Formats: sequence, C-alpha cells, structure tokens
Amino acid sequence: MNVTLTLIGQMIVFSILIWFVKGVLWEPMLKVLNDRKQRIADGLAAAEKGKHEEELARQKALDELKKAKVEAAEIIAQAQRRAGEIVDEAKNAALDEAGRVKLAAQSDLEQEVSRAREGLRAQVAQLAVAGAEKILGKEIDAATHAKALDDLAAQI
Amino acid sequence: MSEANAPAISNPVEYIQHHLTNWSIGVEHGKQVNIVDFSVFHVDVFLFSVLLAGLFAYVAWKVGKSLNADAPSGIQNVVETVVEFVNQQIQDIFPNADRLVGPLALTIFVWVFLMNAMDMLPVDLLPSLWGGILGLFGADPHHVYLKVVPTTNLDTTFALALTVFALIIYYNIRSKGLVGWLSSFFFHPFSAKNIIVKIILAPINFLMTLIEEVAKPVSLGLRLFGNMFAGELLFLLIALLAFSVWAMPAQIVLGSLWAIFHILVITLQAFIFMLLTVVYLGLASQNNEHH
Repeated sequence: MNVTLTLIGQMIVFSILIWFVKGVLWEPMLKVLNDRKQRIADGLAAAEKGKHEEELARQKALDELKKAKVEAAEIIAQAQRRAGEIVDEAKNAALDEAGRVKLAAQSDLEQEVSRAREGLRAQVAQLAVAGAEKILGKEIDAATHAKALDDLAAQI
Repeated sequence: MSEANAPAISNPVEYIQHHLTNWSIGVEHGKQVNIVDFSVFHVDVFLFSVLLAGLFAYVAWKVGKSLNADAPSGIQNVVETVVEFVNQQIQDIFPNADRLVGPLALTIFVWVFLMNAMDMLPVDLLPSLWGGILGLFGADPHHVYLKVVPTTNLDTTFALALTVFALIIYYNIRSKGLVGWLSSFFFHPFSAKNIIVKIILAPINFLMTLIEEVAKPVSLGLRLFGNMFAGELLFLLIALLAFSVWAMPAQIVLGSLWAIFHILVITLQAFIFMLLTVVYLGLASQNNEHH
C-alpha cells in the first residue's frame, strides 16, 4: 500500500496503450461503424424512394391506361364517322358517274338520231330526183335543182 | 480460494501477509515501505498489467487490421459492442468530446476490467505455480512473492487517476485559458455581486475548489484500489476456511458466492472509472461562463 516507481511505469504503459488503441482500433472502427450507419440510412432512404416511385409509376400507368382508352374510343368514333363519310362519298361518286353515263348515252343517242336523219336527208334528195325522173320520163340535172332539193330535205 | 498450503493454515497472518506482498525490486521483501518511495519497483504489478495491456493491444490490432463493415466476424462483433457502448456513454455525457476521449475511455474500461478480472483466478493458483517453478531452481517458495491483480495496488490505480488528472488540467486550460481556469478557483462555488464580499469569499472558494479538484484523482484511484483490495482480501479470508475438512463446504459456498458477486464488482468498477473520467473531462471542457 504505497506509491512507488511502478506508478511511472504504469502511466507510460497506459499512455502507450491509449495511443495504440486510438490508432489501431478506435479510429478505424468508428469509421467503419459510421460508414455502416450511413449505408443503412442510405439504403432505407433508397427503399423509401423506390416505394414512392413505384406508387408514382403505378399512378402514371393508370393514367396512361385511362388516356389510351379515351383515345381508342375517340379513334373508333372517328373511324366510324370516316366510314360513313366514305360510304356517302362512294354513293355520291356512283350517282355522279351514273348521271355522266346517262348523259353520254343520251348524247350518243341524239348523235345517232341526227346522223340517221342526215343520212335520210341525203337519200331524200336522191329519191326525189329518181321519183321525178320516173314521173317526167327524162333525166333531171340534179345540180340545176339543188336548191329546191336542199329545201325539201330540210323540211323533212 | 483453492486449498491453501499447510503452513498458511497453521499461520493465517503469515498467509495473508505473504499474499499481500509484492514481488519488488529495491526493497527487502516483507519490509515496510514508505508511503511514497520511488526507489521501489513492483515487478509483478508491472508484469501483469503489461501482459494484459499486450493482450488488449493484440486483440485491438487483430480486429483493427481486418475490419469488415458488411459481415463482422465473432471477435469483431464483441469489440464493436464494447466500442459502441463506450461511444454511446461518451455521446450522452460529453457530446462534443474530442477524438482522444473515446480511446481513453475504451482503454480504461477494457484494461481496468482485464486487470480486475485477474481477481477471478483462484488466489493461490499463480503464486503457488510461480513459487513451485522458482522452487525448482532452488528458491524458497516462502520467499517468492507474487500479487496477480494489478489494481489491488495503489501504483496502478493512481497511474490511471493521475493521467486522467493531467488531462483534466489540460482540458481546463484549453477550454478556459490558464487565467480563466485559475480565476475559476476564486469565484466558485460561492459567487457574489458585491466586490468586498467577493474578496472575502475568494479564499474560501479557493480552498473548496482545490479540494474539489484534488478529490477527483484521489477518489478515482482510491475507489478502484479499495474495491479491488477488499475483494482480494475477502478471497484470501475465504481461502483460509480450508483449515478443516468440515469447513470446506462453507469455503466452497462462500467462495462461489463472492466470486459471482465479484463479477459485478470488477465490471462495475471498470465502468465507474471510465464514466467518471468522461464526466470529469466533460466538466473540464465546459466554458466557465455560467459560474
């Protein structure tokens, strides 16, 4: 029960031990512990963020789906409208075409008629000349009576 | 507390005195030493404390060089638990502690615990072995002395306490300045507005604060020493119960009970020493504006 030189020795050992423990164990270990704490905190934050993002994504997907449905309905309506339009257009085009065909046929007919009439007119003059020759018993110079014949033909 | 050797039983006083004598250099064994005598060196105290310091340093080095943040292995888990426990205490008591306090507190806790834990070895085991070994080389076992618990010696406990005290002074000067620290001796614990009352109170304050400051290392050192010395002495007394076969059951029961209780004591004393060190250093780094 006394204080001796051992005291000095113990103080030196104590100081060296503190210094050694500080450099070898305390500082690196606290660094590792703090790193780990930080990593765990980061991981939890990331998980929280991921959950939030997933919620957002789901919401977004729902929105997109809704929008797509609306769009699809719109497209269908548009298509139906367009189909109606196409049918109408086709009908109109067909009617127009039919009108045109009818008109062409009519004009063809008229042309035929007038051509037939022209042909008949030319023959009328010849017939008249031939008839008159028969009646008069002599030859008639067609050129001399051309005017009268033309008038006759025109009356037909 | 194992069986005492025959001569001890026949002479209890000599048995206990033999066990309480250090293996020393610079003094004749068994002779009373002055209360402070720096010509004496206790080899056993130094040897065991250095061995335990080496053990701690080895474990610290081994764990420290292969730290694994992701998959800590066995011994690293144990050390991590202790380090985190000590760090938690420091953060609770001394939140802005600088980087020396942590290793200091950890070293005190672990080293004091290890030195205290030497008390858990049977009191006769190492001294008898050492006596036996030296006996083989012709020494008289009765004049071979070995005290295995370094903390039952004032040198160890005061070495720790005085180192802490030096740090307390250093922290005080660092936080308050030399003048600020010295002046705190005169205006604390009693303060007054009146200048004359202040002057009257100054000597009283000085005396009170001086006692307060000196009491810190003295109480640190004596508390640990007292607890460990008393524990050791009780083990020795229980060991003396081996005087007869009929007393053996009592020895076994009492020895077991005291050993179990002593587990608490050695841990608690190491913890208290660490905690008070942190508290004192925390107080020392406070600015004295509120005085």
